[in-house]
Amino acid sequence: MTSKIKPSKGAPYARIMGVGGYRPTRVVPNEEILKHIDSSDEWIRSRSGIATRHWAGPEETVATMSVEASGKAIADAGITPEQIGAVIVSTVSHFKQTPAVATEIAHRIGAGKPAAFDISAGCAGFGYGLTLAKGLVTEGSAEYVLVIGVERLSDLTDLEDRATAFLFGDGAGAVIVGPAKQPAIGPTVWGSEGDKSETIKQTLGWDVYRTIPLPGGDGPEERPALEEIRFPAITQEGQAVFRWAVFEMAKVAQQALDAAGVSPDDLDVFIPHQANMRIIDSMVKTLKLPESVTVARDVETTGNTSAASIPLAMERLLATGQAKSGDTALVIGFGAGLVYAATVVTLP
Amino acid sequence: MAATQEEIVAGLAEIVNEIAGIPTEDVKVDKSFTDDLDVDSLSMVEVVVAAEERFDVKIPDDDVKNLKTVGDATDYILKHQS
Repeated sequence: MTSKIKPSKGAPYARIMGVGGYRPTRVVPNEEILKHIDSSDEWIRSRSGIATRHWAGPEETVATMSVEASGKAIADAGITPEQIGAVIVSTVSHFKQTPAVATEIAHRIGAGKPAAFDISAGCAGFGYGLTLAKGLVTEGSAEYVLVIGVERLSDLTDLEDRATAFLFGDGAGAVIVGPAKQPAIGPTVWGSEGDKSETIKQTLGWDVYRTIPLPGGDGPEERPALEEIRFPAITQEGQAVFRWAVFEMAKVAQQALDAAGVSPDDLDVFIPHQANMRIIDSMVKTLKLPESVTVARDVETTGNTSAASIPLAMERLLATGQAKSGDTALVIGFGAGLVYAATVVTLP
Repeated sequence: MAATQEEIVAGLAEIVNEIAGIPTEDVKVDKSFTDDLDVDSLSMVEVVVAAEERFDVKIPDDDVKNLKTVGDATDYILKHQS
């Protein structure tokens, strides 16, 4: 029996058509971080390669930073906001579970009524969003998809933790994914390792605040007072993360190259998640990338911006001429979950 | 065939030289990776992974923190190599 349902009709392939980024105006040097921890500029640089990061001010919200980055990506892609059929936002630092911030962003960029939703995939969020977008475009549910990675990780930073206080930054990166006549986003190699969920995590769940007695109300004796609760922060097991990121993720990166049929010699650009310069350097070494490959090292002046790091680094490489439109780039994101996603793309 | 203590120390010396640029002759059993050989916590992970491959041994993250000196690492590998 033939189905009564018409099939959806998408584009043969998808590509990244445009990229945009937003970095908060306030630049925070290591000296400022050192007010709260017993460390040194030299120590921070040698362990992370980070010299400065951007931290958002009160007006630079997850939504406003996303709107700025999206505007640039839309202009770069040469489309209008009304043509966007879906908005996907990856973030872990938007502090309202509902509604999704994607709907507000879609409205504020003038996209009309696109599908809009948030995803949570930590530092792999951009790759997860890109993979969803590619699926929507080729399956036919949207002609153009806006994918945003955005974080205000300064809000989730424990300024007194000398292992992480210097790591994180804020910002937004966005791309437009649209139809293509030839493959421009390779197969995604992605996955999760939930047995390592404690390796990178938020210290407390928001429900800790539910344990606070209501004013004038009765509550169990063991309830902590508000002043006893430290605001949640992101914490990690540094050595375990380093080992996983360098050695396991190098295998995933290689699998993504193999899946796309691209050899390291054919590669122009490598854009790993900007977690830490030491991870980036060791990955490059482990992957044995030829010196001809341009490596994104945006972490030095941007810090680790989780889901925003790959599109931010991509935008900077293109803006500074270190990479050019049409270059073949390997992108890999990895982080809390643990989760990861790697694919080979043609740069817009 | 399992490596001897001497072979392990020599192997670790080559690994530490490769990763941290420390002369092989400075890598001795009584030396602390962090205090004497300038191997920080992240480089230590690289040393451990290289040692795992070279000596066919598994060194879980939880055990890495106990390997303070070259001697600690040598004893660990001697005991756990397959």
